[in-house]
Amino acid sequence: MAKPKVALYWAASCGGCDIGLLEIGENLLKLIEAVDIVFWPVAIDVKYKDVEAMEDGSIDVCLFNGAIRSSEQEHIAKLLRAKSKVMIAYGACAYQGGIPGLANMYNREMIMERAYLETPSTENPDKVLPQTSYQAPEGELTLPLLFDTVKTLAQTVKVEYIIPGCPPEAQTTWMALEALITGQMPPVGTVITGNAKAVCNECPRKRDVKKVKKFYRTYEIDPDPEICLLEQGLPCAGIATKGGCDARCPKAGMPCTGCYGPVDGVIDQGAHFMNAIASVIDSNDPNEIGKIIADIRDPAGTFYRYSLPDSILRRARV
Amino acid sequence: MSFEPKILGILCNWCSYSGADLAGTSRKKYPANIRIVRVMCSGRVDPVFILKALQSGADGVLILGCHPGDCHYTSGNYKALRRMEMLKKLAEQMGIEDDRIRLDWVAASEGDRFAEIIKDMTEKIKQLGPFPRDGGDNG
Ligand code: FES
Repeated sequence: MAKPKVALYWAASCGGCDIGLLEIGENLLKLIEAVDIVFWPVAIDVKYKDVEAMEDGSIDVCLFNGAIRSSEQEHIAKLLRAKSKVMIAYGACAYQGGIPGLANMYNREMIMERAYLETPSTENPDKVLPQTSYQAPEGELTLPLLFDTVKTLAQTVKVEYIIPGCPPEAQTTWMALEALITGQMPPVGTVITGNAKAVCNECPRKRDVKKVKKFYRTYEIDPDPEICLLEQGLPCAGIATKGGCDARCPKAGMPCTGCYGPVDGVIDQGAHFMNAIASVIDSNDPNEIGKIIADIRDPAGTFYRYSLPDSILRRARV
Repeated sequence: MSFEPKILGILCNWCSYSGADLAGTSRKKYPANIRIVRVMCSGRVDPVFILKALQSGADGVLILGCHPGDCHYTSGNYKALRRMEMLKKLAEQMGIEDDRIRLDWVAASEGDRFAEIIKDMTEKIKQLGPFPRDGGDNG
């Protein structure tokens, strides 16, 4: 039997997902033995035109990381979709937009101005901005268009499975790859983590009564190593986040930021997290509530750290 | 044609819905822009309801509960208060005008107050115009 063909791609991401894949360590050898990697820009030299030349449906599985925020990324997502039997959103950006998804707090114009005109280290007296097309003496030069709004992979093409995480933990990645190699993939639509419950479920910290008078940023306190971080006033997203990561962040004293996405059945992870935070505030007095809430300086960035494009609102109105 | 906003009202069963009823039975006039949904308590209102309402056609959302201290379930309205304060801070960051989301208290005897709140909110949202629902253009 021919080995299954696998493609890997990165769109709007930091490259961490490709490193996340390498985290599987020596299992990588098993993977390479079991499958043929036909496209992987970070590791092998296969061009877009080679992918275009492949037959539709000839790739068995595509692991796609990164959000969609340019015409090039959208084009490749559609191309790989056509060529692949199974499309997997790999990592938080492909799944929910991820950190690049926070660009949805702004629009293209604001982003261009910030990046090419306003940043302190930029010197651009002629106010040159990237153009999608430029007529050079040698001919036309083109660049992809930056989108106004970052999209998730599933908002762009049909997606069969999701492997969440920023980046996905090695055990999660391997769980999915092993299922793939052995032909035991779960039902289509599954968010593969191995745990349908929240991160709290895997967290060894002691939980008691959640009543908070003050929220802290991580640098402001040295949390007790035994007690629930949320009870200590750190906005921990564990309560609103799907487990499977083995609660690595809370175990190391850092609040969960939500990279594994919502628990099953929740449509808006950020609103769910926000609800949890509001519920632990220990006050009935509007003024005091206002004061406690003021400690959460950046609600959108805290609650929707990885999920803004996948949220009900999708973007800020700017 | 002038803009007629759609406002979703989510009213608690015990005080506010009775207040709205009283406004009706005593023939108080108020704009027909409000669509009312009854819940048992304002503490039942999840911020997701509000975001979803805005995204699916509402131009404003009004939550009404019993006055502080009067909640039928003792503290549901305080819970609503904490959630709404939080949501309002998020909404500000997301570019949603403050007047589109409102939490207020109406007792069973306050038919007048109910009508006043509806009038006031309808006016304010008329000024703001429709809630921009599209997720931004990608062209
Ligand atoms: S019953 Fe009216 S607010 Fe709780």
